[in-house]
Amino acid sequence: MLELQGIGAGYGQAQVLRDLSLTVDGGEILCLLGRNGAGKTTTMKAIMGLLPLMSGKVLLDGVEVSALPPHRVPRQGLGYIPQGRRLFGELTVAQNLEVGLMARGAGADVREQVLDLFPRLRERLRQRAQTLSGGEQQMLATARALCLSPKALLLDEPTEGLQPSMIDAIRQVILRMRAQGVAVLLVEQRVDAVLSLADRVAFLENGRLARTLPAADLRADHAIVDRYLGV
Amino acid sequence: MEFGPYLLLASLEGAVTAAVLALTAVGLSLVFGVMRVVNVAHGEFFMLGAVLAWWIATTVGGHPALGFAVALVVAPLIVGVLAALADMTVLKRVAYDPERTIVATIGLLYIIQQVTLMTYGPEARPVEPPFNHRLAIPWIERVEGSWQLYYPWGLSTTSYKLAVIGAAAVVLLGVWALLARTRIGLVMRATQLDRDMATAFGIPVERVYALVFGLGAALAALGAVLVVPIQQAHYLMGGDPLLLSFIVVIIGGLGSLPGTVAAAILIGLSDGIISVFFSPTLAKIIATLLVALVLVFRPQGLFGTRAA
Repeated sequence: MLELQGIGAGYGQAQVLRDLSLTVDGGEILCLLGRNGAGKTTTMKAIMGLLPLMSGKVLLDGVEVSALPPHRVPRQGLGYIPQGRRLFGELTVAQNLEVGLMARGAGADVREQVLDLFPRLRERLRQRAQTLSGGEQQMLATARALCLSPKALLLDEPTEGLQPSMIDAIRQVILRMRAQGVAVLLVEQRVDAVLSLADRVAFLENGRLARTLPAADLRADHAIVDRYLGV
Repeated sequence: MEFGPYLLLASLEGAVTAAVLALTAVGLSLVFGVMRVVNVAHGEFFMLGAVLAWWIATTVGGHPALGFAVALVVAPLIVGVLAALADMTVLKRVAYDPERTIVATIGLLYIIQQVTLMTYGPEARPVEPPFNHRLAIPWIERVEGSWQLYYPWGLSTTSYKLAVIGAAAVVLLGVWALLARTRIGLVMRATQLDRDMATAFGIPVERVYALVFGLGAALAALGAVLVVPIQQAHYLMGGDPLLLSFIVVIIGGLGSLPGTVAAAILIGLSDGIISVFFSPTLAKIIATLLVALVLVFRPQGLFGTRAA
């Protein structure tokens, strides 16, 4: 279970997140929604320890990961799929996965499981990551994070700019992770995609949590979405 | 006088320069590539390697080969550890900010130089080469319709100089294997490509930086240990290697190791040849001019892929 307790974070002097508290249970998909600049990506970076916290703490299964040095955070079981994929472009597919596997000392069995989820990557192991298509790159970014056998998975706009078949493949993997008991925190712009996937939805507004509610409520009453995201 | 034998001699001298330069410049290039740090103190790590080699060789005593062998291993190790400590205590504190690291490494340059002057002194001291056979340079001539090997009078090199070239090649292959074939190399490359993502996948970036900075300095020191039986150790000897390394790294393409090696061979050979036939000053002038031309017409360097 991933828990954010009153975190504040930002860039230099500029504070973006203020007193943000959230919990994502194992086997649950929580979706963060909010306008541009609301602090969705900042939340992800703060959880990963890539931005220093100004206040509050982050817990993963009761362990205070925000007290650890940043490189120890993923080793607790946090898999991060950043916006824009951020692959190690000059490295091969196999090497990108190797970096993921190294993080928690995972072996060949984990690698096989991950490659079974993405058979297309298996065919391209020796290809450089930057030469893959957009969809394959997203698969690799996802696979790299799954190499950590994560307890919690952070996905920052995983379907941005992908063709429908790829979006579906990524979706299937997210659902599968949920079924395996992984806590999934998802940032997504396309509300319709969120509604069919998420269990709960949290709205961010100016770095604060505006409201959290079950996705079912949103499916019933679409007006709520317009209130927080409409222009 | 035939031209050929002299060109061969000059090329050999140039190849020795190139070998040492390649080691030094690869160290500089590695540090810049992975850490984005312009290490102005790089030449001083070179000097420190030479001075330590003298000190170790003198302390160990016995057969020259013994002292030299110890120096070859221990001097780069000491310099590497010192550099890693400098990284952790100085560069880390200024958060690897590009401008501040330049100022910090300039400070490091003066500290190392002056401490060496105060302890080692202003003398230039030689280290005895482990072996030093005179080898006559062969050339071929046509005698009565058939090619014959002969040794032009007065032209020679030494077995030690050839060994320097061989040793540098072996070490460079080792560096390549380290980067391309090992886990540590993979970690270093991942850190170079995306520092934040490396952190997000459990790579201790600060430790990688200390390791790379130490490795870069150790390569310079190793180059110096190899050259000190030819050149002598002196507290101001770091200037030329620093300048030439920068020239080589810029021509080769910032952060590109194959480019750095290729440029080191180009600059080293031309330096050797021009120095023999014209003057060392002209060699430096031409090298600097080449940098200017590269910066104007191909700013990413001959082998660089993208603007840094």
